[in-house]
Amino acid sequence: MRPVSYSRVADVATAIGTVAADPDSTFLAGGTTEVDLQRIHVARSKRLVDINDLPLRQVEELPGGGVRIGAVARMSDVAQALPVRRRFPMVSEALLLGASPQLRNMASIGGNLMQRTRCGYFRDVAAPCNKREPGTGCAAMTGVNRGHAVLGTSEYCIATHPSDLAVALVALDAVVLTQGPAGHRQIPADDFYPMPGETPDREHPVAHGELVVAVEIPPLPMASTSNYLKVRDRESYEFALASAAVAVSLDAGVVTDVRLALGGVATKPWRARRAESVLVGAPATVESFRAAADAELADAVSHGMNAYKIELGRRTIVRALRTVTGDARMVSDDGNPP
Amino acid sequence: MSPVLGAALDRVDGRAKVTGAARYSGELNLPNLAHAVLVGARVPSGRIIGIDCRQASVADGVLTVLTHLDLPRVAARPKLFPSLFGLTAHGQSFFPMQDDVVHYAGQPVAMVVADTVERAEHAATLVQVNYAETPSVTLLDQGRDQTYEPAKIFGGLLPGRNPTRGDPEAGLRDAAVRLDVTYRFAANHQNPIEPSTTTAVWDDLDRLTLHDATQGPTATQLSVAELLGLPPTMVRVVSHYVGGSFGAKALIWAHPTLAALAARRVGRPVRLVLSREQMFHSCGHREEQEQRIGLGADRDGRLGALRHDKTSLTSHYDDWAETSLEAPAVMYAAATYAGGYRLARGNTITPTFTRGPGAATGMFALESAMDELAYEIGVDPLELRLRNHTDVDPSTGNPWSSKGLRECYQRGAELFGWSGRDPRPGARRDGDWLVGTGMASAAYPVAAPMNPQRARARMYADGSAVVEAGISEFGTGALTAMTQVAADGLGLPFDRVRFVGGTTDLPNIAAAVGSAGSGATSSAVHLASTGLRDQLVGQAVADARSPLHNADPAGIVVRDGRMCLRDSPQTGETYVELLRRNHMPDVEALGVWQPTPPDGGGHGMFTFGAQFAEVAVDADLGLVRVRRLVGVFAPGRVLNRRTAHSQLMGGMLWGLGQALLEATRMDPHTGRWANASLADYLVPVNADVPDITIDTIEVPDSVVNPLGVKGVGEIGIVGTSAAIANAVHHATGRRIRHLPITVEDLL
Ligand SMILES: Cc1cc2nc3c(=O)[nH]c(=O)nc-3n(C[C@H](O)[C@H](O)[C@H](O)COP(=O)(O)OP(=O)(O)OC[C@H]3O[C@@H](n4cnc5c(N)ncnc54)[C@H](O)[C@@H]3O)c2cc1C
Ligand code: SF4
Repeated sequence: MRPVSYSRVADVATAIGTVAADPDSTFLAGGTTEVDLQRIHVARSKRLVDINDLPLRQVEELPGGGVRIGAVARMSDVAQALPVRRRFPMVSEALLLGASPQLRNMASIGGNLMQRTRCGYFRDVAAPCNKREPGTGCAAMTGVNRGHAVLGTSEYCIATHPSDLAVALVALDAVVLTQGPAGHRQIPADDFYPMPGETPDREHPVAHGELVVAVEIPPLPMASTSNYLKVRDRESYEFALASAAVAVSLDAGVVTDVRLALGGVATKPWRARRAESVLVGAPATVESFRAAADAELADAVSHGMNAYKIELGRRTIVRALRTVTGDARMVSDDGNPP
Repeated sequence: MSPVLGAALDRVDGRAKVTGAARYSGELNLPNLAHAVLVGARVPSGRIIGIDCRQASVADGVLTVLTHLDLPRVAARPKLFPSLFGLTAHGQSFFPMQDDVVHYAGQPVAMVVADTVERAEHAATLVQVNYAETPSVTLLDQGRDQTYEPAKIFGGLLPGRNPTRGDPEAGLRDAAVRLDVTYRFAANHQNPIEPSTTTAVWDDLDRLTLHDATQGPTATQLSVAELLGLPPTMVRVVSHYVGGSFGAKALIWAHPTLAALAARRVGRPVRLVLSREQMFHSCGHREEQEQRIGLGADRDGRLGALRHDKTSLTSHYDDWAETSLEAPAVMYAAATYAGGYRLARGNTITPTFTRGPGAATGMFALESAMDELAYEIGVDPLELRLRNHTDVDPSTGNPWSSKGLRECYQRGAELFGWSGRDPRPGARRDGDWLVGTGMASAAYPVAAPMNPQRARARMYADGSAVVEAGISEFGTGALTAMTQVAADGLGLPFDRVRFVGGTTDLPNIAAAVGSAGSGATSSAVHLASTGLRDQLVGQAVADARSPLHNADPAGIVVRDGRMCLRDSPQTGETYVELLRRNHMPDVEALGVWQPTPPDGGGHGMFTFGAQFAEVAVDADLGLVRVRRLVGVFAPGRVLNRRTAHSQLMGGMLWGLGQALLEATRMDPHTGRWANASLADYLVPVNADVPDITIDTIEVPDSVVNPLGVKGVGEIGIVGTSAAIANAVHHATGRRIRHLPITVEDLL
């Protein structure tokens, strides 16, 4: 049998030291991704270092209106935390729309950010997959790719990043705080997720033995009315086909500021900067929203079964913007309800 | 009949199940238990050109590694045969690991046995298999140009072409309104929560006991005995609790025999549990298929012609198609009819029964087409069904054993609020949601086993009784319902009767499949119980010391264990008094039911129902959410209203899944299922479940079986998907002609 050893650590320094010292080891938080992947032989660590006892569970308000979330805080606890619900409802919604209650009670924030793609070929060790085994090819390219990405793809990999939380964090310019053998780092959420390019196996900048300790969300007053829209085949317990995290500030019907990020359609939690730039200064109308959505998906590329995601991505953007700006006031120029 | 029959009593095994006391086949902790794990072929087609088991064999805890090179040959080539006959019931005419040929991905090519399941699983990853891969066909589109019309399907029991009525081509040609539409269906898997499992134990006398998760203990016994070349007397099957099946455990696949062979090899009890992924290629599935419907009608919608053709994928060695044409062929009074199956051979395990086999897809096609016709001619969909309603079985002209469909339509329409429906598509809006309603008819054949069905009733001198038949309980509530039937037949209170099933030591009953289980078992149990009652009554009237001495047995009734004269109830005595007085420890009777022949002795035998659905479709995002379902069914007699309700509701939710979620997707290149897990094969979750209303119309049926039980296991799924698809059309004006209907269809 493939022997796996397990230890539980109580302080951050030991956690880092233990994993850093053993190239075959890894951190274990809620285990909802890691244990699955171990069982199907995709993850093959020989030593699991349980970090659930680390003092990294708090959700704290930061002066000025930000929030700091400890890396082993549970998804369910963070979703309910008042500062998160009040200041960043999109974060709370993204968490509550993810997985199932049982999973959210186990799963941690750090683990959520570090979770692996749900691409079926990545999880099938008999299939070619550049992410799992660089150079073997990408079975999804011409295979069953209904769930795959249309933005940020490369000819090496078209897998989506599955986290809902990360989409909200990218929209909010959150920062991932890490601590490792080489010291402390602050990595903007957007930089935390590279595009697959030629190296889809490189999924994040975290070094071996480097621990995610917290996430900080900087103040953003307009985020107090933000929301997260998730489009999926069934009502619960399912990843997004398309999702959008959005916050908007309006002045006399004109968009003065906007944050928009997409999930389910891109290889990384996708900050929709093109859409944002179309929207700023534009009237908050369905026409503007459509123009923004068109701009964002202009370069989208599909691979067969996922062709629908280009249009779905557009419509998800429009719906999310309409919702956050308040449907009631919105009437399109042709006078029809949007 | 006493009030116990039909009462919504709690499940007799409910407590054992929720407390975990109920033991399933994979939960027995036997001393010295070893664990077998199968290695499946990675390619769908080709030959094994090398197997290297060296690493696996020396891995910790490994007892043996078996491949086609050293697994003993089976004593007989299995032959696919439906289990309703009570004979051998192999799921396919192929047994793996007998030679080097790979017919389908996942076909077992090696089996590792180790002292723990983790060690066996690990060693299974170390078996190196090299294949010479050959081109494969795993999708209908890949085999489309090489289809053929099979002489027979369904284990040779049914013709590949249904009997033609009249001249349907002329009927279509001359019709005022014609429709020619094709519907496509994704493959579906049954996905019971308990995976298939066998624990095999050989005793010192070379007798085999199999603890097997099966819908038919006898089917396992006979099938495994045949493959092992043993007399059935040497094989005993125990199957008390089964964690769901839905067809996956209706026929007997390779794993029980493989477990037995492994146990013999290592000289220890062996447990073999299929992994969730292995469940997708080890016990059949609902095949990917396409159905073409031709309808010819007059301007009022009266059908003059129905043509129904199905094309589907089967294995290299069996002509299997689920019988999708069966129910549609008799649903309406079409004067002319033709229908046939075409098959394409592919690299797949032989497909098999999946809940609502045949009817779930066939009635989707017919009922979608009927809705299209209703719109074509501008007639209310329900009115169209009524205009084509038939009081006789149109395939034979025979009367129905019972029907109740008009009542189902009427009751369903009331419960749903169908009347006054604005037929215009896309006319109702609720915020972002387009709202629509749809309906469909449901029909499912009433099958019966072909051979005698038996049960035994024994009463003890204290007046308690045990009734036995060799069925397994796979979640339907059979143990409870049969206790009710026995209590009713014996004239005893429910809690004085225990019903026992679950082993082949008990009187033989065919596998509970095709909704025939409760009909067959209740018949045998009823005959055993009433037989025993009559025996006791007979004894009382012959007993000079009995108050009932010389009474006419026909004038005697039994209530709460007391026999008395119907006309003067004060005259009588209890079973206990009779037995004690005569120093009898117990009395026993065997009930043997000779099933109704398949033609119902000149009757059409079907269960009917009506389904109604309200859906909301997000106009922009294409999401479909079902808001309401109403199903009204006429399943003959209902044995327990609560478990029947659960069965019907479960069926309707299956229909919802079939309509909107369930699809096993084949990778066109690797020839393997691409979503063989419960995270990727989507079924409805609680949040998808709408407001569901279920009612039954109890029409007496004296033809199908003694109690008139037609079964509730399948009829709930039939028609649900069509009602939902028709509601999607009503909501959006879009006609989606394939299942499942997903977001991309409605953008
Ligand atoms: C059926 C199912 C459905 C799901 N649906 C959704 C969904 O809809 N939306 C969604 O967003 N997610 C979903 N998830 C994913 C779920 O949210 C993640 O599995 C979970 O958040 C991972 O957290 P964990 O604590 O269990 O991580 P673990 O499984 O313990 O770890 C995951 C990975 O992160 C690493 N890791 C964990 N903590 C740290 C840390 N502090 N620093 C560095 N590395 C670390 C581990 O080494 C491991 O590689 C689903 C999961 C399942 C199984
Ligand atoms: S899409 Fe990416 S993860 Fe999926 S098979 Fe291709 S390379 Fe692997």
